[in-house]
Amino acid sequence: MYNEKVVEHFCNPRNVGELLEADAIGENGSFKCGDTMKIYLKIKDDRIEDIRFQTYGCGAAIASSSMLTEMVKGLTIDDALKITNQDVADQLGGLPPLKLHCSNLAADALHNAIENFRNGKVHGESA
Amino acid sequence: MSRRTVYMDHSATTPVREEVVEAMLPFYHELFGNPSSIHAPGRTVRRAVEEAREKTALALGAEPGEIFFTAGGTESNNITLRGAAKKRGEPGHIITSSIEHHAVLDVCSELAAEGHRVTFLPVDQYGRVSIDQLQEAITPDTFLISIMAANNEIGTLQPISAIGEVARERKILFHTDAVQIAGQLPIDLKKLNVDFLSLSAHKFNGPKGIGALYVRKGAKVTPLYSGGGQERKLRPGTENVPGIVGLSRAMELAVAEIKDKKKRLEALRYKMITGLMAIDETILNGHPEERLPNNVNVSFKHVEGEAVLLSLDLEGIAASSGSACSSGSLDPSHVLRAIGLDHPTAHGSIRFSLGWGNTEEDVDYLLEVIPRVVNNLRRISPTYRTNGSRKE
Ligand SMILES: Cc1ncc(COP(=O)(O)O)c(C=O)c1O
Ligand SMILES: [Zn+2]
Repeated sequence: MYNEKVVEHFCNPRNVGELLEADAIGENGSFKCGDTMKIYLKIKDDRIEDIRFQTYGCGAAIASSSMLTEMVKGLTIDDALKITNQDVADQLGGLPPLKLHCSNLAADALHNAIENFRNGKVHGESA
Repeated sequence: MSRRTVYMDHSATTPVREEVVEAMLPFYHELFGNPSSIHAPGRTVRRAVEEAREKTALALGAEPGEIFFTAGGTESNNITLRGAAKKRGEPGHIITSSIEHHAVLDVCSELAAEGHRVTFLPVDQYGRVSIDQLQEAITPDTFLISIMAANNEIGTLQPISAIGEVARERKILFHTDAVQIAGQLPIDLKKLNVDFLSLSAHKFNGPKGIGALYVRKGAKVTPLYSGGGQERKLRPGTENVPGIVGLSRAMELAVAEIKDKKKRLEALRYKMITGLMAIDETILNGHPEERLPNNVNVSFKHVEGEAVLLSLDLEGIAASSGSACSSGSLDPSHVLRAIGLDHPTAHGSIRFSLGWGNTEEDVDYLLEVIPRVVNNLRRISPTYRTNGSRKE
């Protein structure tokens, strides 16, 4: 069902955990299936210096969270904002169509974190 | 990658036993005749079909004339439900449960859309229907009650005998989808007030695509298909002879071993449940006692079922899940919702179903692997610690 790259990220997820002194935290949940993701950013000079994630979800959700953290580490927040859910799925070599909604968490959680940062807050309202 | 292969998804389907394959093979070769033919090759095969019917009837405490071969559980259910509605001809009332297999549930929804009224009885936290609620649901135009003998996801057994008494007393036809208990638990139709019973061979080490429908003498439905006169017009079409022979042989073997198998599987089930419940924040779904001997269904909080399945699969263990992400739809299974599980608990549910061939070593292997799998997923879960739970 999943390709090798997805399985590899699922088995060895990168950048897992929390950042205790995060500059921004973002969250996103799929109201549809119940998967949720939390993302922690360390930002210096508008650049993502470090990133961690926590995800409650299926293989697709975990693999896309992991992939996203690899893709955005070191990027400026402007460039990070340009990354879409589709980019993450493409970078994983594709996901089964039914699982796409599970992977849509990742980029949205990141955007949420950056938005919080720009609003001068670490957490959003809900966190 | 995986050290061994452990199949724990016998409620989905089972391997065909060698004895069954052997019984079937001649009917692909020398005994290929059409049982409806007048000539000798046909007559020999007719005898085999009728012998299979006798064996199947004997295993269920039925008369041979009450057994009809079908293409499986789905078809047996459709023939009964749609056939009863067709026979009635005018809108009426059907009672079923909210945790039926889709092969009953969806037929009922369609019949409702076609003008019938359908009551989907709720179930308690263990998945049991209440006899009082059944009594209350009956109206003068109730013409059919269809309640499964055992649930395929959580393994809960229904009080079939008591439901049958109610149906008999109120003169309502009673159908039970027995796909999950046939070959697992004894069925004696002489003692049960059941008018229709569905079963499917591939759930008890027989071939796929063959099932049977028991129709009590005197109970009638209108056939859904037109065609030849096979299966006394209830299921026309040239018989799946190898399948019929395979079903009856699988049934015969299963029934002969039913007591031993039940004891063996219940012991494995006990060991498995005890071992799984030792993992913190784990919930047993279904009834603690009134459940299939082979069914274990648990929810591991803070993790999602499909992720657990995927991890287990990489370790060579095959199981299944009713979580939203595994279902292909966006919701957790209707069964898990009907027993009142909140979304996260339903989302973390895993079904292990044991069967012929599973050993204590299989259970030991699962219990060795699963704590690591669950912990690894909890380690990356945002809900695990915030709940006050210990983080590794
Ligand atoms: C309770 C129940 N009813 C019906 C069916 C359908 O049986 P079949 O696959 O033979 O059509 C199944 C099998 O998935 C089942 O578990
Ligand atoms: Zn998902």
